[in-house]
Amino acid sequence: MTDQAIVDVRDVHYSVGGREIFSGMSLQAMKGQITAVMGPSGTGKTTLLRLITAQIYADRGEVKVFGESLADLSSRQVFALRRRMGMLFQDSALLSDMDVFENVAFPLREHTNMTDPLIRNLVLTKLNAVGLRGAAELMPEELSGGMARRVALARAVVMDPELLIYDEPFVGLDPIALGVILRLIQQLNKALGITSIIVSHDVNELASIADRSYLMAGGTMAASGTPAELAGSQSPIVHQFMSGDPDGPSPFHYPAPDLTAQLLSEVWS
Amino acid sequence: MSADVVQDGVVLRSIARIGRIAIFFAQMLVQCGQLVARPMLVTNQIFNAGARSLVIIMLSGLFTGMVLALLGFNVLQRFGSQDALGFATALTLLKELGPVLTALLFAGRAGTALTSEIGLMRATDQLTAMQMMAVDPLRYVVAPRFLGGLISMPLLTAVFDAVGLFGAHTIGVRVMGVDNGSFWSEMQSSVSLHDVHEGITKSLVFGFICSLIAVYEGYYSDPTAEGVGLATTRTVVASSVLILLLDYMLTAAFI
Repeated sequence: MTDQAIVDVRDVHYSVGGREIFSGMSLQAMKGQITAVMGPSGTGKTTLLRLITAQIYADRGEVKVFGESLADLSSRQVFALRRRMGMLFQDSALLSDMDVFENVAFPLREHTNMTDPLIRNLVLTKLNAVGLRGAAELMPEELSGGMARRVALARAVVMDPELLIYDEPFVGLDPIALGVILRLIQQLNKALGITSIIVSHDVNELASIADRSYLMAGGTMAASGTPAELAGSQSPIVHQFMSGDPDGPSPFHYPAPDLTAQLLSEVWS
Repeated sequence: MSADVVQDGVVLRSIARIGRIAIFFAQMLVQCGQLVARPMLVTNQIFNAGARSLVIIMLSGLFTGMVLALLGFNVLQRFGSQDALGFATALTLLKELGPVLTALLFAGRAGTALTSEIGLMRATDQLTAMQMMAVDPLRYVVAPRFLGGLISMPLLTAVFDAVGLFGAHTIGVRVMGVDNGSFWSEMQSSVSLHDVHEGITKSLVFGFICSLIAVYEGYYSDPTAEGVGLATTRTVVASSVLILLLDYMLTAAFI
């Protein structure tokens, strides 16, 4: 099964400023599947994406993408690898000095020798797929959050990537925009056979589209399986996250001294 | 001085910072070569950094020239040498005030714009998005802005000098009554190519320093509103101090 893994993260350890983020993190994203990575805020979901995209490197362990170990690649090879990936950022990250059309055309202009008419047709086709062909001449600041996310999605798929990575794609979207994004992710996965990794903490949305889900907690993968398996899990941390309980193995409160003692000490001081 | 003091001290931090800037410059230099095939990227930045600074440069040049003429006439008149006004103002503008004031204005106007623009691109993940699209931001964003600033500075200095001389001529000849022929002939006979060369060299060095600091501070700014603000402040402070320091060194070198 591992032979089909487009992304293979094995026993990764990673620390920042003495604080351990990952202590034995593992994950496999299989070809053509939608892999969901869930977890409470601050567990390092975005950091995991940065490891997979070679923006940062693991202290220990191995990260393989398309069968190649990222640690062994030169920066030129990393850039070549990234041409096979697309990434949707949490805040869309559209280039602010370009209109919608040029944002989507940007990777084509940088990496291909396509003629302008061909670029035009391709960009309009991708914009049509996300329902924004009519917004081609708008600037990023004229778009709503949902529209910007859809433009970013069109840009992410314009080079027909084999792997598409979504960082919190559902944050801040109204129900209509959220439904549109969900449908687009499913369509892209089914129609183009793109392997997808979605990082989010929106349990219900992910459960409706994911083939396999991972739950991160305490620097490792606390659980993995189909959405149904996670929903039925008896593990305390999985149960707390899936049901949204405020307290449990993942505490609501950041570590702090006793409230009464702290209040009294401040009164007397 | 104990080792701890040195480690935490200003000297070591400054040396480390210079080292980081040198590495950044070397990485950027590699990308600059590739811009030959895409001159429009640099041309756009010459427009942003240069053409958009023209109004402030021309206004400052005009008033600087006018003030120079007033003060110069006042001093020269005491020695009966008011005919040398053209020579005195031209020399002051070409060798000193033109390059220095243009550079200080450039750091405050274009330098801060460069830093905050690149810093905001960092804060809004635009630079990371480029990297994820396999486009090096050093080539697409940083190098064109650096070259745009480097090329703009001597051109802006030339405009500052020309407008400054116009201001000096207006006040000296039309208001104070200096002879028009003497104004220009004194200037022509006394200002040498060496003086012009000094001004051009200064403006190139200042352009290099201002542009490098601006793009470096923007590229490595913290991706927060406060981080971008601090980086912009650092750009102005570091550029201004270095302009005045290098101005002394270059003036001494040309004497």
